[in-house]
Amino acid sequence: MSSIALRIQNISKKYRIGTVRHDTLRDQIAHIASLRFRRTGNRIASDGDEIWALNDVSFDVHHGEIVGIIGRNGAGKSTLLKILSRITVPNSGRVEIFGKIGSLLEVGTGFHPELTGRENIYLNGAILGMHRTEIERNFDDIVAFSEIEKFLDTPVKRYSSGMYVRLAFAVAAHLDTEILLVDEVLAVGDTAFQRKCLTKMDEVSKKGRTVLFVSHNMATIQSLCSRGIYLNNGQIMYDGTMIEAVTRYLQTLEKISNEDLFNRTERQGKGIIKLIKLDIMNETNCIVQSLPSGRPARFVFQLSDILSGTVCIFTLYNNLGQRVAIFNSAISGARDNEDADIGSKFICELNPLLLTPGRYRINVAIEGEGELQDHLEAATFFDVGEGNLDMRPVRYSSSVNVTLPHLWISPRNI
Amino acid sequence: MWAFRELLYFLVWRDLKVRYKQSFLGAAWIIIQPLVTMFVFTLFFNRLLGVGSGSDLPYPIVTYAALLPWTYFANSLSRCSTSLVANKNLIAKIYFPRLLIPVSGVLPGLVDFGISFLLLIVMMVVYRIPPTVEIIFLPFALLLALITALGVGLWLSALHVQYRDVQYIAPFLIQIWMYATPIIYPISAIPIKWRWLYSLNPMVGVVQYFRRVLLGDPTFGGLNWISVLITILIFATGLLFFYRMQRTFADVI
Repeated sequence: MSSIALRIQNISKKYRIGTVRHDTLRDQIAHIASLRFRRTGNRIASDGDEIWALNDVSFDVHHGEIVGIIGRNGAGKSTLLKILSRITVPNSGRVEIFGKIGSLLEVGTGFHPELTGRENIYLNGAILGMHRTEIERNFDDIVAFSEIEKFLDTPVKRYSSGMYVRLAFAVAAHLDTEILLVDEVLAVGDTAFQRKCLTKMDEVSKKGRTVLFVSHNMATIQSLCSRGIYLNNGQIMYDGTMIEAVTRYLQTLEKISNEDLFNRTERQGKGIIKLIKLDIMNETNCIVQSLPSGRPARFVFQLSDILSGTVCIFTLYNNLGQRVAIFNSAISGARDNEDADIGSKFICELNPLLLTPGRYRINVAIEGEGELQDHLEAATFFDVGEGNLDMRPVRYSSSVNVTLPHLWISPRNI
Repeated sequence: MWAFRELLYFLVWRDLKVRYKQSFLGAAWIIIQPLVTMFVFTLFFNRLLGVGSGSDLPYPIVTYAALLPWTYFANSLSRCSTSLVANKNLIAKIYFPRLLIPVSGVLPGLVDFGISFLLLIVMMVVYRIPPTVEIIFLPFALLLALITALGVGLWLSALHVQYRDVQYIAPFLIQIWMYATPIIYPISAIPIKWRWLYSLNPMVGVVQYFRRVLLGDPTFGGLNWISVLITILIFATGLLFFYRMQRTFADVI
């Protein structure tokens, strides 16, 4: 193994939550006053709870390694990158960096709307830590990559959002440091541009540079990284091959999904109403874990209550963590029904189920009174088995998740 | 810090480039501001209220010579004090020495200073005031103004990250500060027994030194060196405070 690029030793980072971050002097004075007259047993709301975003994390990264970091929201991934890029300091522990380090935590940081594309390339390049000569050398490449040649001398405030992110990514992609920290910046632009970004990232990783990569996209991260670190609640749960890290991560999600929905604590949203039960039913209205492809299926969402404008949204993910489909009750169709006797339930019927055999995960979001009320990652898992669509067998096929009704017109086979 | 000089250059360049975009008079505002202020002061304080220049030098030019560093100081300080929060996305997402941000707040004003300085030369010709030898100390005088603005700016910008009150305090502070500085009136208006107290205001030294260097104003005195010491003190403590606070900027901002 080659020499060490990053040495991370026992770092911990504490954040205070539940406090008003932008204290004004008045708050501070009020706070001091309230401490003076603290009533026993009466917790003061502005006294923040502390959470450990990172808790005693240690690992080494060697030169030339491409490390993927995965974990759920709030697992500490972004905090880790922030500490490594020296934006913030850990409460304890130390980080040693051997080599020039660059970070891409966001594309287009420091872009100024009044400046032209050309001017922003220089400004953004300098902000990312490139030298002027370096920017000049890469200038044509950056412009060609971003596909905005014609608008080079137009202020970026007149750009479409697509052009803006393309230019921003183009500059970032040419950051040429030995160690690179990347936080999910790939999810930009249209599909064609995303593919281009991925190809670029692949090139970068093959040039022998050290890359730390945070992403929620399991497919991308598996194709780019050889080593994977799985973080949970600020601690390293697994450090080894990327495939194993992804497997463990998805297993944990599955384990969580076995818990009773009602008792799950890791949820986001206001919480006035919650999802308390999610049943998957087949065409005979039996609750099942597995559905045949090509047959009707029903997803029944039992909520604790209904608020005005309650909306049920759920997303299906495949076993690589890629999104397959999204369903939103607020986007109505001609065959939708309202049922006064249904209680606090939403039912989504898929007829026929056009998923190919495999394992799928559901994330659910419930909105009400115009706000997010409840969000659950991995609310449940279910399997799709082989079946028929229009009497044609639907079989398992890797990296395919959807089947579509179709027919063939073939030449006569003699 | 030295490794990031190019970023500093680009931050200053961005400020200059963006400042007068979409304004009709553009860079003319640089001259208009001190010039109009000088006319207003001359009309109301000199002509109507009978405030003098404290020497045989004409009131308008003495006032203008004070407005040069004052305008630089006031603009730089107000830019500097809100600079960290104004660049919060940079601070939250990119690493670079945080000191660059307040420093980049006090540099663009030097261009304005240079332009308004040309007008002073025109006025000196009009009033037939020959330059003194001491004009070679002008860069030092300017450095003194810069360090004063930066010193106070370091304190305010670091405080601003935590306490948004600073954005209300800063304009108010600058306004009051102007009355506590010999711009409208000569330093001789202050009773001698209170001069030492008055000289605790670092801008007193800056303004007096400018008048001395530019016009040979005889009212610059030994007590003004107190102001210079205060400037250095504010700057040094400002740096220390900034370095202590900067560890948590990204978390708090």
